[in-house]
Formats: sequence, C-alpha cells, structure tokens
Amino acid sequence: MIEPCKLEELLIFTIYRLLDDSKHITSGMASPIPAAAALLAKQLSNEPIRVSVLASQHLHSFTDGSSEVFDLAAQGRIDAFFLSGGQIDGSGNINLVGIGDHANPKVRWSGSFGSAFLYYLVPKVILFRFEHTPRTLVEKVDFISAPGSSAPHVYRRGGPHALLTNRCLFSFDKKRERFCLLSLHQGEDLETVKDQTGFEFDISADLRETPQPDAATLALIRGEVATLLRDPYPTFAETVFGP
Amino acid sequence: MIDTMRVADVEELAKMIPDGAKIAVLKNQTGVPAELFRAIARNGTKRLHIVGVPTTGYVTDILIGLGAADTVETSAVTLDEIGMAPRFIDAVTHGKINIKDSTCPAIYSGLRAGEKGIPFIPIRGLIGSDIMTVRDDYMIIDNPFAENDPIVVLPAIIPDFALIHVSLVDELGNVYLGTHRDMALMAHASKQCLVTTEAIYEGNLLEDPLMAASTMSSIYVSGIAVVEKGAWPHGLQGLYPADFAHQQYYREQASSEKGFLEYVDEFVYLKSPAIA
Repeated sequence: MIEPCKLEELLIFTIYRLLDDSKHITSGMASPIPAAAALLAKQLSNEPIRVSVLASQHLHSFTDGSSEVFDLAAQGRIDAFFLSGGQIDGSGNINLVGIGDHANPKVRWSGSFGSAFLYYLVPKVILFRFEHTPRTLVEKVDFISAPGSSAPHVYRRGGPHALLTNRCLFSFDKKRERFCLLSLHQGEDLETVKDQTGFEFDISADLRETPQPDAATLALIRGEVATLLRDPYPTFAETVFGP
Repeated sequence: MIDTMRVADVEELAKMIPDGAKIAVLKNQTGVPAELFRAIARNGTKRLHIVGVPTTGYVTDILIGLGAADTVETSAVTLDEIGMAPRFIDAVTHGKINIKDSTCPAIYSGLRAGEKGIPFIPIRGLIGSDIMTVRDDYMIIDNPFAENDPIVVLPAIIPDFALIHVSLVDELGNVYLGTHRDMALMAHASKQCLVTTEAIYEGNLLEDPLMAASTMSSIYVSGIAVVEKGAWPHGLQGLYPADFAHQQYYREQASSEKGFLEYVDEFVYLKSPAIA
C-alpha cells in the first residue's frame, strides 16, 4: 500500500503545476520545497528545461560567481523564481526585513536578499510561505522589501504569480492587485482560511480542493526528486522522505 | 622563493586594518577568511564598516557581538539553514548598529562601479521598495537615453580591504579563485586585498593556462598569510565541507550575551575553558 501524500509532497506538486511554461527555473537559498518542485518539473517535462538550484554546488552551472544569476535575471534569461516573506500582504508586497520602525525595530529578520530586484525581473515569481496565519499574511507589510506591483512606467516584466501556503493556493490578479483563492488543501475550510488571513482576497467561482499527485508522480517525488534534494537539503529530505 | 610577496602571519594581517576601515567579505561558504576575522577580533579593531557581498553571517555576527563593527552594509545577515544571526538581531533591535539594508545585485553593482573607477551605476528593480526609503544614497534618475524610464542609481562601493580565503596562492602572490569570481570583483573594487590561503603553490599560476583563467593577479594583493582550515567553520570549495555542527553550536551560544562571551573566550581569544 502506498503511504498517503504528505503536505510537503502536495506543496511540491502544487508548485510544479504552476511551472508549466517555464524554460529556466531557479530556486534560491532556503527553498527546499520550491527546489523539489523545479526538479520535478525537469523530470516530467517533454522538452529540455533548465533548473538551477542555487543552494547546491552541483545542481546549477553558473561559473561567473554568485552575481551571475542576477545578470541572467536582468536580461530575462530566468523564467521562474520563488520568494517568501516574514510578512506578505494582500497587494503582494513582501517584507524580509522586520516589524516596527526600521531604525528601531521590534522584530528584525535577515534582510531583503535579492527580492528587490528579482521580483521585478523574473516573469513568474511564486510566493511560498508555509505558515498561514494573521501574523504572516497581513493587511499591510511594515517594510516593503519588494512591492507586488509598480506604476505602469516603471520597468518591470515580473511579479507575483501565485501564493502557496500550508492551507491553500491563491493566484495573483495583476490588474486588481490582489489575491484570488483558487483551492483549499485537503481538510481546510473557507472560514478558517478567511480567519487566518490578515488581508481581504477574492474567491474563485470554482473554488475546489487542491489536486493531489497521482501514484506515478508521487513515486517520482519520493524517488529521483528526493535523491537530488539530499545534496542541498539533507535535513529536509530526511524529515520528509526518510533516511 | 617568494619574489614580490612576503608571507605574513594572520595576526599581522589583522593589524594592517585600522579602526574605522571599510572591509568586504563574501557570503557564507564562499571563501570566508574566518580565522582572519577572529584575528581582527583579537586585535581589538573598532568602528569597522562591514560590506557583506552580497550577504554575510558568522564572521560579521562575531564582530558585531564584540562591538567591533558600527555599520553593516549588505542584503542579509544570516547563518543560512542554521537560522538568524543572533548578535546581529540583538544589535539592530537595540539600536547598537547602523544597518544599511540593500539587495544582492545592488551590492554587486556598487562593486562593479568601484572596479571600473566610475562614481555610480544604474540598476533595475528597487523602485517602490522601502530600501529606497532607508538608503539616502540610492537615487532615482530619468534614463537619459529613453523617455519616461525612471531608474535607480547607486554609488560605487570602494572597500578599504577585501578579505578572502582561498586554497592556493602562488610564489608571486597570484591568487587561485576557482569559480569564486565574486572574489575578483570584490578585490578589484577594494583599495587593498588581504588573502589567507591553505597553501603556497610552488611556481607561477599564470604560466599554467588551465589555472590562469581562474587566477587573480597579485596586482590587487597587499598581504598573504597561510592559514590551514582558514575558512572554518565554513567550508572551502573542493577541500573541506562546512562544519554545520559548529555553526549550530555558535548559534545556540550566541543567542545570549553570556553564551556568546563564553564562545569568543574559547574560539576567538583561545582561552582554555575554566577548570571546574
């Protein structure tokens, strides 16, 4: 008997479904689930696609130092990337810096990393935040590391495409500059999601349960994808897929 | 025989850095001269301005914890998978340090302007980010070559010292970088580069075409010290892995002031643990 799909595996599969037309997918440092989704996309694609896992020394082919990835993004050579935030708000603004006044914060996080550049320049940015609470999904972020949208004359080819959490999947409506709830993960209900979300959002007319991977896809996640993931993310791989 | 370069020891290198210097270091696991940073701490250098290229972690956290740094310019201070950098978080939330928040490619671009000897450089992105609010040295101009195209410009970053750790330096002071090209960028932009190395290569790296392409000229180098395992507890590409157990131990100790001081007594000042 096959062990049922774990939440992490559902999240990997869900991100994979969002990557359908991307020819070069790049994942950043602390991103095991997005990295797994990108590796799954490479396994399942009918055409050759490139996947660059920056957290691994082996799963990318950059030779011009860590700055090369930003130059590639600036030229439009990266199609999909992943960002997160200590806070994410209903307009798709992300905050990686802290809570309270910048000079005298109540809470401080590591910093904005590449977000204030990549969010503008990578066409498809998927926001992934595991913890879905009013603490993380807020009405308005305290600090905008990178804005969800820009004025029409500001050079920008990229931005938020979707937001995935441990409860549900939202798409981002670029015209309305707000999220739209597409699907709820198994066991979640609309009232709880509304209650646990600090911002207002639209609800899709065909709101449904987030689709689960079929047996063959699940086997691929637990097989080839898990094996590749052990290099950059040994702890995550062992926790989810076992030793 | 070293021709143009005298090999110093790591304490001598540390003493070359005066109070108030602007020092640059690469992100965790990519040629971080951790022992040189511990030597800077032992030397008691003050008021350092640290540029994390484009992020920084363990070594910066130690200098902040000791009150040796008053400004950090970077896009993140982090121990990566291990977690947040505890002394950095403590210093920022208590107003003890000036954090010049940035974003990774802005740090690289500032250094590119530095290496080219130009005063500023344009960069995409950033407009509408609060980084623009907190950085009064980042500005928006109109693209002079197009209509209605605002673009951010930022000043050149010119550190006083680039600090790097590598596997090999040759007898002439040429430095083997491997694929860590960011080291060359950082060294080119800086007024001086201090290098710690695992070993000295007997000969001239520039005479071997396979090595030369990955080698930086001694032009940029003003001090060299041989330090085995000089990146520890970071790893060094191809030679030794990161010591994540120690980095985890550091994070646990540094989460309190007392634990941090115990840590530096043992691993920075190298005092024997008190006998119980």
